[in-house]
Amino acid sequence: MIRFLAHRLMRAGFVLLGVSVLAFILLDLAPGEYFQEMRLNPQIGRETVAALRVEYGLDQPLPLRYLRWVRSVSRGELGYSFAYNRPVWPLLETRIGNTLILTVTALVCSWLIAIPLGVWMASRAGRWEDRVLGASNTFLLATPDVLVALGLLAFALRVGWLPTGGMHAPVSNGDMKDLVLHLILPVLALVAATLPILVRHVRSAMLEVLYAPFIAAARGHGIPRLRLLFGHALPAAANPLLSLFGISVGMLLGVSLLVEVVMGWPGVGPLLLQAILERDPHIVVAAALFSTLFLMAGSVLADTLLYIADPRIRVDS
Amino acid sequence: MTTNKKLWFLALSLAFVHVVVVGAAFFAPYDAAEQHRDAPFAPPARLHFVDAQGKLHVRPYVCSWTNQTQGIGPARYAEDCSRTASLQFLVRNDPGGAQVGPGMTWHLFGTNGPAKIFLLGTDDYGRDQLSRLLYGGQVSLFAGLLATALSLGLGLVMGGIAGYFGFWLDDAIMRCAEVFMALPWIYLLFAVRAFLPLHVGPRQSFFLLVGVMGLTGWARPSRLVRGVILSAKERDFIRAARGFGASNAYILRRHLLPETSGVMLTQAVLLIPQCILAEVTLSFLGLGVGEPVSSWGNMLASLQKFYVLQSYWWMLIPGIALIPIFLLYNALADALLRRSKIKESSDRSNLMGERKLQEAL
Repeated sequence: MIRFLAHRLMRAGFVLLGVSVLAFILLDLAPGEYFQEMRLNPQIGRETVAALRVEYGLDQPLPLRYLRWVRSVSRGELGYSFAYNRPVWPLLETRIGNTLILTVTALVCSWLIAIPLGVWMASRAGRWEDRVLGASNTFLLATPDVLVALGLLAFALRVGWLPTGGMHAPVSNGDMKDLVLHLILPVLALVAATLPILVRHVRSAMLEVLYAPFIAAARGHGIPRLRLLFGHALPAAANPLLSLFGISVGMLLGVSLLVEVVMGWPGVGPLLLQAILERDPHIVVAAALFSTLFLMAGSVLADTLLYIADPRIRVDS
Repeated sequence: MTTNKKLWFLALSLAFVHVVVVGAAFFAPYDAAEQHRDAPFAPPARLHFVDAQGKLHVRPYVCSWTNQTQGIGPARYAEDCSRTASLQFLVRNDPGGAQVGPGMTWHLFGTNGPAKIFLLGTDDYGRDQLSRLLYGGQVSLFAGLLATALSLGLGLVMGGIAGYFGFWLDDAIMRCAEVFMALPWIYLLFAVRAFLPLHVGPRQSFFLLVGVMGLTGWARPSRLVRGVILSAKERDFIRAARGFGASNAYILRRHLLPETSGVMLTQAVLLIPQCILAEVTLSFLGLGVGEPVSSWGNMLASLQKFYVLQSYWWMLIPGIALIPIFLLYNALADALLRRSKIKESSDRSNLMGERKLQEAL
């Protein structure tokens, strides 16, 4: 187990390193930089811009800049934001927390809905309940995330029951009820975006198991339906679903980027978008690294669960 | 419907959509950039068949909108049925139509009177939404197609090299693919886009976008291609070909590439809607194709203002238009998957399996 985890962590470290190197190479190839916009301003002299570039180390060759960045990472600063004129980590810290609040809530919600729904649909395969739900699932799958988010927001604007942006009311002292109210819309959008895929996979994984002889035998023994479905069939169908769990983390992170921007959630998404528009490279690199980190944490978690759940994998590794 | 008929039906429907979009100059009543300044945010036109006197019109007509907006409030329009125009088909010699001959242009439909016809309403500059939708499809749909072609081509080359030559090349390419797959796709797109110039013309930004999406999507197809090639290259007929002195290039081209066609087709059908969505998302956020060229993403962008979102539902239409297209692509992917599964199970002459599969699907 420990060796398995260590192996996974080593690979994760390698990938993080790869992503950062790739980002810096791209950065070097890219035309334009933060201070280029400044050059267009007639009130800022040429020497000032040059001095600023020296100050921020932009005049140095690529490997040196990369080393400088690595050193700043080791100090826990994760590089330096030109636009904010301060280290990246304090900027990112709260925003990552906010993104996590959103995505973890959505992750839990969508799995809590997807599993019973998928199991139920599988147990009713081919009947009208399954068909109706399947059709609406297909429809939801085809609905673009942008439209879901905008539609929800338009609905909320029209009825006025829910706050339509941000994370807290302007005059709140950060109480729980306020946060939950603000969470509802973005979480709904994220759930709507991921649910169809999850339901589909849960249903098909269950279907593969439901025709197995041991289920027929269990049914023959008179095991009650619910216990049969959730106690016997679901654990046998768990393997692909555990892998899907890892993938769903990445999916949610991607969608939340968009939802955060549309709904004004103060997460990583708006910061990243702004950094791209302002050419603030270290924030982009840091945001990309963090998304990678979460995605890999999701897949390591999934693998660990798989390792615990399935003895065959333990033997293989 | 049998699977094959269904496949044809789906493919033809998609082809139809693309033909309509390519022929936007003919199918759209106006040019994408044509502004009707007296009618910003005009609602979708109402086609009248019965007039105020209760007379039936075989040829429907539209009334012109009179702008009743007060101050800075939301745009309000009332129908003014004293000024009408009837719907005409194959309108000739209107500016901006499809060229059908020297000095001759056609629109599929239009009006003959003072009233203009905005079947899907207009946007904040008074531009016809339907026309923008059709022209925007040229950007959004074809960005998806081109980007998919690019990533599949790249995936084929990389996967082919990795699978066929193996050893350190295989390792290097697959590690590289792993890095590409380690980022959530949208983040990867954003990150790559972040390092490219922001202020470029619409044409450059279209190709920039296609390039970015194409370069970021190659990892998954390349892994699948590698898998197919790894299993195929040990087959007897390939060993025989090698024994007869066939060159590597020949074996790759003649024997191994055809083996990957199934994987490539299903990957294409999965990747295209993903790329379309990526274009829409990036343009929506202002990182893709910008004004005045229309794309379904930048048409949606005006909805980021709350007053637009609140008052003008027809601005959502480009997003709604994506639904049938994604439904078609998803159905196509399912049908392809089902066909390959049925083929697989009949290959094993396993009738039980096939019946079960039919039940399961």
